[in-house]
Amino acid sequence: MAPLLDVRNLTKKFGGLTAVNNVTIGIEPQSISAIIGPNGAGKTTLFNLLTGIYKPDTGTMVFDGHSLVGLRPDQVNAAGMSRTFQSIRLFHGMTVLENVMVGMHSRLNISLFNTLTRTAGFNRQEVHVKQKASDLLRFVGLAGKGDEVSRNLPYGDQRRVEIARALASDPKLILLDEPTAGMNPQETVDAMALFRRVRDELGVTVVLIEHDMRVVMGISEHISVLDYGQKIAEGTPDEIRSNPRVIEAYLGRRAAGVVEPETSAEVN
Amino acid sequence: MAVKSVQQSSRATVRAALKRPAVAGGLLVAYILVAVLILNSLDRSNLWFPFYSTLTFPALVLSPFIILAAPVRGWFKGALIVALLFLIIPYLGMRDSSYLELVIQICIFAGLALGLNIVVGFAGLLDLGYIAFFAVGAYTWAMFTSGASTVFNINGWLVSGSAFYLFIFLGIFVAAIVGILLGLPVLRLRGDYLAIVTLGFGEMIRVIANNLDQPINFTNGSQGLFGVGRPPVPFFLRDGVLTVESALGLSITNVDPLSQQLLFYFIAIAIIGIIIVVARRLDNSPIGRAWTAIREDEVAAIAMGVPLVRMKLLAFATGASFAGAIGVIYAAKQTFVSPESFSLIQSISILAMVIVGGMGGIRGTLLGAVIVTMLNLLVLKNLSLQINALRNVDFVIPIINYHIRDWPTQLEPAKYERLIFGLLLIVMMIFRPAGLLPEPRRRMELQEKDEEIVDEEISPEAGDEQPVVSAVRPDAEQA
Ligand SMILES: Nc1ncnc2c1ncn2[C@@H]1O[C@H](COP(=O)(O)OP(=O)(O)OP(=O)(O)O)[C@@H](O)[C@H]1O
Ligand SMILES: [Mg+2]
Repeated sequence: MAPLLDVRNLTKKFGGLTAVNNVTIGIEPQSISAIIGPNGAGKTTLFNLLTGIYKPDTGTMVFDGHSLVGLRPDQVNAAGMSRTFQSIRLFHGMTVLENVMVGMHSRLNISLFNTLTRTAGFNRQEVHVKQKASDLLRFVGLAGKGDEVSRNLPYGDQRRVEIARALASDPKLILLDEPTAGMNPQETVDAMALFRRVRDELGVTVVLIEHDMRVVMGISEHISVLDYGQKIAEGTPDEIRSNPRVIEAYLGRRAAGVVEPETSAEVN
Repeated sequence: MAVKSVQQSSRATVRAALKRPAVAGGLLVAYILVAVLILNSLDRSNLWFPFYSTLTFPALVLSPFIILAAPVRGWFKGALIVALLFLIIPYLGMRDSSYLELVIQICIFAGLALGLNIVVGFAGLLDLGYIAFFAVGAYTWAMFTSGASTVFNINGWLVSGSAFYLFIFLGIFVAAIVGILLGLPVLRLRGDYLAIVTLGFGEMIRVIANNLDQPINFTNGSQGLFGVGRPPVPFFLRDGVLTVESALGLSITNVDPLSQQLLFYFIAIAIIGIIIVVARRLDNSPIGRAWTAIREDEVAAIAMGVPLVRMKLLAFATGASFAGAIGVIYAAKQTFVSPESFSLIQSISILAMVIVGGMGGIRGTLLGAVIVTMLNLLVLKNLSLQINALRNVDFVIPIINYHIRDWPTQLEPAKYERLIFGLLLIVMMIFRPAGLLPEPRRRMELQEKDEEIVDEEISPEAGDEQPVVSAVRPDAEQA
């Protein structure tokens, strides 16, 4: 099967720093994949390249048969790839529901004439937008929270709103940048269940950046490891766990013993 | 949740008496009647006229905001505002047309403020050259009707005053085009750069207007275009004035200018009404949500599929088109247009209206426009008039025994308009940085939820029984 996302030899330099160095990654449709690596490995930069926020220096990115190179972020979104942000970037003054409604923008018929004359089509679309946004909020477990100002939600819930907002554009693929960061263990377990439901119930391919090895090992079918901008390994969780280069990359920078207990905590 | 509602209900019982529609409605009617009666009895020859009218007229002009905030039924609010706009103000205007003039000016500035609010308040784009679009509208009409010896006049391209209504649309169109042409290169810039470039653009339009009398005379340069056309007064309006005059036993000496002024008043009210509807519809739409998203986080907005440049251009063009329409009306009302009317300080005043009122909110912006315009055109001017009147009669303040005559002319209140302006802004920024009426839409939504009024705006979320499946894209499986 052809990969849904096919990234080849992608490179991005910031001045003298090569944040992403000749990275090749393929993402299978309907899969849950993880991208891991130490801090500063270039994971977020990779997401920013994919979603058009940065332009790659070299390399190709083909998504669903179309090249992503040169597309603006809104065009990438319209092409069916959506994302969340490592540091939550909700529209803080808007309500939770409005946040999700904005996520639908690329799927809407935006017409000044219809907006000003309030045509039947416009009203129907507005009803649909609200309905779908509240359905999505229920899907991520935030039923009834739609009217709250997003700033006032607890951290874990804000991450869920971001996911609902990203799902609002009916993406084929969703990029989650450290979606469980800042969550307590129970929230993390719930979030993992949510990621699975995103794939199983909505049929959306999931790619996540994660530091929490329980999440990575617990739900991903395929893992790519970045270090200093380069892909140093990829494979199934079992392969990655026993890969000496990965262990070295992590042990080289983190306290010994962190990897071991985390990899064994695969109870979820 | 329970604690909160108990607290709220105990506070609510205290306020309940005042919140009774009958009580509040009675107070409102009394308030308006008292203001009208005072204004009706004021006499220009009275020594204290400027002082009293400064106290009373703002109270009347601000009453729509009190009416809208009062806990009375919607139809009652509507009836009061209609009575105010279509009976009371025209009546007062027939007695003293300076009131009409003032309300027309307020409408002109309110329209400009609402347009700028789309750009600054909704989309978060700081535009310091907004007055340029107003100039474009004003010159569009003035060039085609002015008696100055421009290329239009010499070649017989002038149009008659009856083309006015058509030219409102033309003004909208031309200003929107100019907005897009300016926006295209500029809207890729961020924040402060945008402010600087638009500031330059505003000055540029003024300089062009100042210099486009050579080699071909379009704008008559710094002398300005005089004798600008006015829309013809419909016969029924003039007849109406005469009928009311005889019915109420008024003696109106200036029937024709008064009818003209009334016509502008109704045009101004109509255009403000249209602008309010347009702004509200934009606000409550995917376009308005996209603007808010851009204002709050550009990166997140574009990543969520909002095309930044296109939506910013739309905001720019919409704001510009409001100014274009208002410009046509302004040119016709003044019958004179010159580059001086479109200076940077005007752009800043309009921005001040948006800030004072509450950025992003329509009602707040209107309030800001009313307050700042009245401050400029009524309060400070009247204070100066009052001081002059007292000076002329050699009024002495008792107790301290101060001769008003000794008050230096340099210190007339009208002369420190900008000082007061600056102070007002500083005070606002310190005490109410979000403006007097910040973001009413969201505040109202929250209030509505508190009072458990379920309206169709929020009911979709309540429908929790619907299966999640409707959130699923039907073709998701094909991926
Ligand atoms: N806009 C930028 N300009 C300059 N350098 C950048 C920029 N964005 C990222 N970098 C650098 O690129 C490197 C990779 O950063 P990136 O954010 O992709 O790391 P990451 O793998 O997401 O790390 P973390 O786990 O901490 O989120 C870092 O050294 C970072 O400082
Ligand atoms: Mg990162």
